[in-house]
Amino acid sequence: MDMPVTKKKKLGLKERYALMTRGLGWEPSYQPIDDIFPMDRFEGIKIHDWDAWEDPFRLTMDAYWKYQAEKERKLYAIVDAFAQSNGHLTLSDARYINTVKLFVNGFAPLEYMSHRGFAHIGRQFRDVGPRVACMMQSLDEMRHSQTQIHAISNYNRYYSGMAEFRHHHDYLPYLQVPKSFFEDAATGGPFEFIVAIGFAFEYVLTNLVFVPFISGAAYNGDMGAMTFGFSAQSDEARHMTLGLEVIKFVLEQDPVNVPIVQKWLNKWTWRGVRLLTLVAMMQDYMLPKRVMSWAEAWEIYFEENCGALFRDLARYGIVMPPCVEQIRLERDHLSHIAWCHFYQARGTSDFHVWLPSKEDMDWLSAKYPDTFDRYYRPRYEYWAKCEAEGKPFEATAVPMQCQVCQIPMMFTEPGDPLTLCQRHADYKGEQYHFCSDHCRDIFEDEPEKFIQSKIAGHEVFKGNAFRPGTDPTAEGFNPAAEALAFFRIEHGRDNGLHNGSTDERNFALWRGLAKAND
Amino acid sequence: MSSTVFLALQANDDTRHVIDAIMADNPAASLDPQPAMVRITAPGTLVVRRETIEELVGRDFDLQELHVNMISLSGRVDETDDIFTLSWDR
Ligand SMILES: [Fe+2]
Ligand SMILES: [Fe+2]
Repeated sequence: MDMPVTKKKKLGLKERYALMTRGLGWEPSYQPIDDIFPMDRFEGIKIHDWDAWEDPFRLTMDAYWKYQAEKERKLYAIVDAFAQSNGHLTLSDARYINTVKLFVNGFAPLEYMSHRGFAHIGRQFRDVGPRVACMMQSLDEMRHSQTQIHAISNYNRYYSGMAEFRHHHDYLPYLQVPKSFFEDAATGGPFEFIVAIGFAFEYVLTNLVFVPFISGAAYNGDMGAMTFGFSAQSDEARHMTLGLEVIKFVLEQDPVNVPIVQKWLNKWTWRGVRLLTLVAMMQDYMLPKRVMSWAEAWEIYFEENCGALFRDLARYGIVMPPCVEQIRLERDHLSHIAWCHFYQARGTSDFHVWLPSKEDMDWLSAKYPDTFDRYYRPRYEYWAKCEAEGKPFEATAVPMQCQVCQIPMMFTEPGDPLTLCQRHADYKGEQYHFCSDHCRDIFEDEPEKFIQSKIAGHEVFKGNAFRPGTDPTAEGFNPAAEALAFFRIEHGRDNGLHNGSTDERNFALWRGLAKAND
Repeated sequence: MSSTVFLALQANDDTRHVIDAIMADNPAASLDPQPAMVRITAPGTLVVRRETIEELVGRDFDLQELHVNMISLSGRVDETDDIFTLSWDR
């Protein structure tokens, strides 16, 4: 009940924010400021007036703790209730669990990398405003990775593919796609990192991750994932706003910043969309109850939303990244190319795959009238025939991967879906391979960085994907089996087809028990 | 033509009146309900007013409480004690 109180005159939000951010800083007296903050100049970004920085979300630390604590209380109440009531048995279908596997292996470790990245740059900016904002985001990202891992640990008690998520993220070939994305960002300077993650990822692309994943979780009966998704996402509005503020601030400070920022936008929009290939596939193929197609999400969240953003940035001379042309051409192919690849290369992943059913394929035809029936349905029908004959098709060769995005070279030429797209570049006597012009451009801008990419396929051939003490010269040595053992994939349990998997059987068994008395 | 701004909120008991208040304060806004959430879009500008929310919830409301249930947004943010604005207009 509210008690009548005489209200003390409070400071306004802007004054509180100023006092609790810039008011906490000081001018160094016995060390030159360039020595204290040595990293915020080498990228060529020129800042003349740090005071022009102002975070539009004027959240101070005391309010931050209060609202974050409330988010945590809400989250854990639901996560506990979900676990206590065997919530995993209320899922729409056992296939859905593979979405959760993809998430904990591919995404939760990125949250942790994001925490590290923001902690790092929160130390590197010389102004207090961005430092405070980066510190809050760093704490947020730590919270995201913890709550995701914690919530998903409830699934790990029952299903395969999640127990080794950290090791898988470090070594499993397909997970080098997300891992290399964040490592590339975190090894840039502080401005590149914040443009890459704060702007290109958080502002431009995050809705494309969020909508399919959280709405998908809600739609498929996964209250646990829905809740940590919402809890993490409630921080995203702040992160996006930080990203937008940074870009505006940097562009307004000096015209020399514009081409540098444009180059980063071109690079990170492309790297981001390449990474979202996994999300496109999840959205179109892995959710038993679907929310919207990748193509529809792209229209709403990229074409509409980012169209508005780039129109707004045009006054600084920023243009839509040229890669968007190719992304539009790939829009109706992306998820199909990816799922076809994962179906064939199912031996080295840590989730299960399946062929789309008749109804699934009809939905895909309706959503992709120009491409699905013509290019992809015939493949699935052929593979279904192979499965029915007891000879399921599987590709066991180590694929060639793009030196930049690390995705196997599975994409087709833009505008020519029957020709594989491959690009090459020579550097210091070695040849490097790329999935696209855009990945090759990124390489050619910083070859010394990208020749160091750790390519999972190469690591296998170099003998780096074997456990310590393995003798490859021993009689009957099986390199493929040994690589799986090194990856900590239990063949036949963690990988392969969903139909007939232990997960499928257990889910059916436990759900049956949950609905009967004996 | 001004670009669209949007605010996405969780659909729950905390946000029911907030959503009503936003719709009352923004005649040009449209409401798009999605699984477990709503997306409110508006041409150019969208405002969230503390006073309107307080009238509907019958208690003091701190606009920063929005942080707990906010999912996503598009547009430039301006936040004061009384009004939260999303806008592409200048
Ligand atoms: Fe996050
Ligand atoms: Fe690539």
